[in-house]
Amino acid sequence: MIGIIDYGVGNLFSLCSSCRAIGEEAFVSGHAAELSKADRLILPGVGAFADAAEKLRTTGMADFVRTQAAEGKPLLGICLGMQLLFEKSYEYGCHEGLGLLAGQVVPMAGRLPKELKIPHMGWNALEVRGGRLLQGLDGQYVYFVHSFFAEGCEASLAAVTEYGIPITAAVEQGNVFGCQFHPEKSGNVGLSILRKFAGI
Amino acid sequence: MITKRIIPCLDVRNGRVVKGTNFQGLRDVSSPVELGKYYSDNGADELVFYDITASAEGRKLFTDILTQVASTIFIPLTVGGGINTLEDFDRVLKCGADKVSVNSGAIRNPDLVHDAARLYGDQCVVLSADVKRVDGQFRVFAKGGREDTGMEAISWVKKCVSNGAGEVVLNSIDTDGVKGGFDLPMLEAVSEAVDVPVIASGGAGCMEDFVTLFEALPKVDAGLAASIFHFGQVKIPELKQLLSEKNIPVRL
Repeated sequence: MIGIIDYGVGNLFSLCSSCRAIGEEAFVSGHAAELSKADRLILPGVGAFADAAEKLRTTGMADFVRTQAAEGKPLLGICLGMQLLFEKSYEYGCHEGLGLLAGQVVPMAGRLPKELKIPHMGWNALEVRGGRLLQGLDGQYVYFVHSFFAEGCEASLAAVTEYGIPITAAVEQGNVFGCQFHPEKSGNVGLSILRKFAGI
Repeated sequence: MITKRIIPCLDVRNGRVVKGTNFQGLRDVSSPVELGKYYSDNGADELVFYDITASAEGRKLFTDILTQVASTIFIPLTVGGGINTLEDFDRVLKCGADKVSVNSGAIRNPDLVHDAARLYGDQCVVLSADVKRVDGQFRVFAKGGREDTGMEAISWVKKCVSNGAGEVVLNSIDTDGVKGGFDLPMLEAVSEAVDVPVIASGGAGCMEDFVTLFEALPKVDAGLAASIFHFGQVKIPELKQLLSEKNIPVRL
């Protein structure tokens, strides 16, 4: 059973539907007592890093997620949820993340060739570097929408995608997983990734 | 490399998909849920659902249908039509839309784009502009292309983008339904003016029209069409195969 962490950030409709589509029981909750009963956790998120990190702290979810991850429960961060796994983000200032993975989140602006648009929005190909989650999916297309990306995360890097420069697309370290793209919006490839996570 | 997107558009009235020619003479095509699933399984990179219902009853029907569509497809879903307030954004986002497209609502309420972008993020707000040449000028039309607003289109699009619109769908009324190809001069003017993704709409009649679009205007990110997909004149997998052969990056 998958617990989808609700901390007031983002739209969880598609994530719930895609869990249903792969035949996996899933529930949305913002309560540690309920979420701790799940076999695995998904940390979703869209919007601004600072706001989301603050909400994680004030709802007590930050400490809860850290504890669950330390106990070995599989955790998947999606999009902003992935970025929150890192130590810090330089999205409009410098903000602390969950610190589960080494690395930081930086803006694309100023780091991409000028002709490329920001946000990086649309379908782009995975270059798989390792890990369990994306095994066999090298070259497959997934859907991205983001303006910031993780760097300095060589230790956990599982996949990149090419957008003028290599952009961190997925990370993985032990039981902690992260996708910059949206598996719930990436067609059958995305569903296969969620299915894989449900079996870990 | 990021790929060019192929997007079928489904105009929905009273829960059924329809497509007009030059925005008139609507004709029933099929069920939104079936069509949405078909496209999602057959290479569409994204779907646009446009609610052209006028009544509250029809709107409720659309919302129900939207929820069904969003539960069965797992590609990005944009919803437009009748979006006038932040409550309208909220209503369709809760039904599973990923992006919300505003047109007349943004013309009536100049703060709508800005307020929605603050609340839901730029990536969520799509400006849809119906544009037609009048006296040698690109002019913005409202109310489904029926009313000339008198506003010049390029400055309108630029203003909305600076207010937070994360994407622009440019519908050329001049080429819509004619099936003689996309409106390249109009698209060029808009794609040179803004640095957010631009989606070309109106005029595609065959696969070659998409090749011409992406070869002539590399800054255009996506091509949108309706009836040629709904009636099977263009099959998306074949179209993407052709684009790929022409070295245009697509998701196969």
